[in-house]
Amino acid sequence: MSEPPGLKRYAVLGQRAVSLDGFAAEDPELGLAALRSPHDPEPSVTIDGDGRVVELDGTAAADFDVVDSFIARHGIDVQVAPEAMAMPDADVARLAVDPSAGRADVARLARGMTPAKLARVVAMLRPAELMLAISKMRVRRTPSIQAHVTNRLDDPLLLAADAAAAVALGFRELETTVPVLGDAASNALALLIGSQVGRPGALTQCSIEEGLELDLGMRGLTTYAETVSLYGTEQVFVDGDDTPWSKAFLCSAYASRGLKMRVTSGAGAEVLMGAAERRSMLYLESRCVALARAAGAQGVQNGGIDGASVAASVPGGMRELLAENLLVMLHGLESCSGNDTLVSESDLRRAAHTVPLALAGSDFIFSGFGSVPAYDNMFGPSNFNAEDLDDYLVLQRDWEIDGGLRPAGESEIRNVRERAARAVQAVYRDLKLADLDDGRLQAVVTAHGSQDLPDGDPLLALGAAAAILDRGITAVDVAASLARTGFAEEAERVLAMVRERVKGDYLQPAAIFGEDMRVLSKVTDPNDYRGPGTGYLPGERRRAEIAAIRQQRSVADLLAEQARAAGHLVIEEAGPARAGADAREVVVGISPALGRELWLTLSGLPVGEALRQVIAGIGEEGGTARVVRVGSTIDLGLIGLTAARLAGSGIGVGLQAKGTALIHRRDLPPLANLELLSMAPLITADMYRDLGRNAARRARGGRPAPVRNAYTTEAITARYHARAVAMVAVDRRASRPGAPPVDVRLSWRD
Amino acid sequence: MDVRALSGRPASEIRLEAALAGELEPADVRIHPDTLRAQADVAQRHGNPELAENLRRAAELALLPDAEVLAIYAALRPRRSSRAELDAIAARLAAAGAPRCAALVREAADVYERRRLLR
Repeated sequence: MSEPPGLKRYAVLGQRAVSLDGFAAEDPELGLAALRSPHDPEPSVTIDGDGRVVELDGTAAADFDVVDSFIARHGIDVQVAPEAMAMPDADVARLAVDPSAGRADVARLARGMTPAKLARVVAMLRPAELMLAISKMRVRRTPSIQAHVTNRLDDPLLLAADAAAAVALGFRELETTVPVLGDAASNALALLIGSQVGRPGALTQCSIEEGLELDLGMRGLTTYAETVSLYGTEQVFVDGDDTPWSKAFLCSAYASRGLKMRVTSGAGAEVLMGAAERRSMLYLESRCVALARAAGAQGVQNGGIDGASVAASVPGGMRELLAENLLVMLHGLESCSGNDTLVSESDLRRAAHTVPLALAGSDFIFSGFGSVPAYDNMFGPSNFNAEDLDDYLVLQRDWEIDGGLRPAGESEIRNVRERAARAVQAVYRDLKLADLDDGRLQAVVTAHGSQDLPDGDPLLALGAAAAILDRGITAVDVAASLARTGFAEEAERVLAMVRERVKGDYLQPAAIFGEDMRVLSKVTDPNDYRGPGTGYLPGERRRAEIAAIRQQRSVADLLAEQARAAGHLVIEEAGPARAGADAREVVVGISPALGRELWLTLSGLPVGEALRQVIAGIGEEGGTARVVRVGSTIDLGLIGLTAARLAGSGIGVGLQAKGTALIHRRDLPPLANLELLSMAPLITADMYRDLGRNAARRARGGRPAPVRNAYTTEAITARYHARAVAMVAVDRRASRPGAPPVDVRLSWRD
Repeated sequence: MDVRALSGRPASEIRLEAALAGELEPADVRIHPDTLRAQADVAQRHGNPELAENLRRAAELALLPDAEVLAIYAALRPRRSSRAELDAIAARLAAAGAPRCAALVREAADVYERRRLLR
C-alpha cells in the first residue's frame, strides 16, 4: 500500500525554524524532567539536640554526599526550619507571590527550608505568578544588565571598543572570555580600559579557569568574578575538579581581595554529564542555590546558562529556568538571570524565553547579553546579540520597562569606540606590551565585529598577556600608564575601581556602581515592591531616554522629510468650484494639505506624480479632468463625493495626501464608493493611472473591472501607521470645516 | 570615616599622583580585614549571615599572600591532598589567626575522608 500524499501544511511547518530545535521526551531516569521527577526526595529535615542537621530530604547524615553535607552544616537555619518545613507548600508559594508579604519575611522562611521543599514551592507557581514573585523578591530595586564582550581574535583594540560601546548602551557588568587561554590577561586588561571610557564604574570579569581567574582578580585586572561553578550532584562536582569546600574557600579568597564574586549553576549541567541521579532539574538547581547561600556567595548566575537548551528540550523547561532565578531571590541573593545562551533557532521562541523575566525585572536581566555579533561571542551566541539590540530597546519602550539599556546615537558610539581603542593602543605601547597600528585602530572603530578587521598578528595577544603576567602588571600600573599617555579621565576611573575594592561596599548582594559611582545593592537600594504603585519605576528622565529610540519620528520629523519634495507641484487656487456640465468631465478632489505641506504619499511617490497619472488616465479614456481642492474635510469618501457632485459626469476621484484614492458617484452615500485603493504604501503610479482610466470609463457609463488593491504579508500597519497618523494630523490641521471646494490650476516643476 | 587599605593608607589617598610616582605598594590597594569585618556586620544585619561568615573568613585571608591563598584553594580540590596535608594546612591557618578558615579546612578533611576525596 502506498503512503497517502503528505499534507502541504505540514511541509510548510516543517520548514519553520522551530523544527530545527531538539525536543526530548520527558525521561526522569536520565534527569530529563524539568520541574519534578518521581525520584525527587520528599522534603524533610531532622535536627538533633545540638542543633545539627542529621537528616536532609530523606538522606541520613551517614549517607550525605558532599552537597548534602555542606548544606546540612551551613545552609539550613535550624531556628527557622521547624516552622518553615511545617508550612504547606501552597502557603509558602502564596507568600512568595503576595505583595503584602514582605520580601525579608519570605526570605527568612526560605532560610529554614530544604532544597526539596523550596523546589516544590516554586514548582507550584504558574508563569504569571513566577513573574510577580520575581518582581517582589529580587533583592535590588533597580534592574540592570550584563554584556558579553569577546571576539574570535582576542583583538585588544576591538575588545576595548566593544566594551566602551556596551557601557554607552547602559551595560553595568561586562564579561569576557578567551578562545585561547593564554590571551586571558590581555583580554582582561583591554576590557578594563574600555569599560571606563565614556562613563565610570562598569564592572568587568574574565571567565576562565578558576585559579587563573582569581589571579587576574588579585592583580586588579578584573573587578568581579562569576565563573565559580556549582553542581547539584557530587559526581559532577568532582568531575568539575571542585568540591563545595574548595568553592566556599574560593568565595572567601575573592572577598579577601575586595572582589565581588558570584557563583554559577543552572539546569542541564548534570544531565549533560550523565549524572543527574534521576532527579529533576529544578531539585538539583535548588541544591546548587542552597549551596551558594551556604558558601556565603552574594549571588548566583543561573536560569539559562550552558545547559539551558537541555532544560528547554523538555516540557516545562522554560518555566523551570525562570523558577531557578526565583530560587536565588528567595535565598536573598543577587540573581544574574541567564538568557545568555541561545535557546532556540526560532526567533519567536527565544524571545518568549526572555520576555517574562525582562518584564518582571531582575538584578541582571541577562548574565550576558551578547553585545558583540553572534559570530564573535566566544561563550557561544547569547539569547540576544548585537544584532538584536534594537529589538531589545523597542521591547523596553513597548512595555515601559527598564531593561537596563538606552538608545545611543551613531556619533556617541563612534566617539567612545575610538577613544577606547586609542587608550588601549597607548597603554600597550607605553607598557611595551604590543604595537597596535593606526590602520587597524580605524578599522576597529567602524567594525561590526572581527570579520571586518584585516588579519592581524595571531600571537600579539598571547605575547601581551605573557608580559602582563610575567611583569606583574596591575590595575595601578594601568592607571598610571593611562595618565602618562593622556587619558587622565580613564586613569582616574580605573583607580577609582581600585579604591572601591579597598572600601568593600560592593561586596554586598547585587552591588553595581551607578554611573555616579554610587553603589546600588541590596543594602543601599533594596527592592521595596509591595504591589501596584510601589517598587522600581523608571523616573521621568529614564522614561524619556527609553522612549527616544533612533527610529522614533515626530510630526515635525515627518514634515521635514516631506519638505524635501516641496515645490515639485504648484497649485494655484482659481476661485470657487461650480458644478460642471460636460458629461465627460471627471473631477479629482484633493485633500487640504496635499501639495501644501504634504508632498509624498506613503508609497514615496510625489503627490504631483499621483495626480498626473490620474489625470492622464482620465484623458486616455476620453474624459476631461478638473482638479478641485476640498478643504473642508479629510475624509476620503467625502472628498470623492464632493468631487463627484461637481463633475459633469457625476463621477469623482478622491485623493488624500497620504495616497489613498477612490472613485465616487454623486448619488451614492458618502461611505460608499465604486473603487477604493486603500493600501496607500503599495499604490504605484500605474495603479493611479488605471484608477483615472476607470473613472473616465464609468463617466461614459461603462462598468470596468476595479483596480485591485495590492496585497502583502508585510506588517504593513507596523511599517506605516505612525507616518499615516502624522500625515492625517497635518491634513486635519489644514482643513477648514465649511470651506467650499475651490478650482485649482496645476503646474509641475520636475 | 575614611576606610584604610591593608597598609593603613586611607582610601582617599589612593591617588593618581601616587600611582605615577610609583608610591602605591600592593598593600596600599588591598582591602583591610577590619573593613571586611565591618562589611560582614552589614551583611549580617541585612539578612545574609552566610555572606557575613564568608566575609569573616575573607578577613582572615586578607593578610595571607596571594600565592598561599591560591595554594590552599588548590589543596582543597578533590583528591589533591592527604588527610595529613589538610590537617597541616588547618593547623597553619589556626596559627596564623585564621580560625574560621582552619575550621573550614578541617571540616573538608572530614567529609573528604568519608567520601573518598582525599589523595
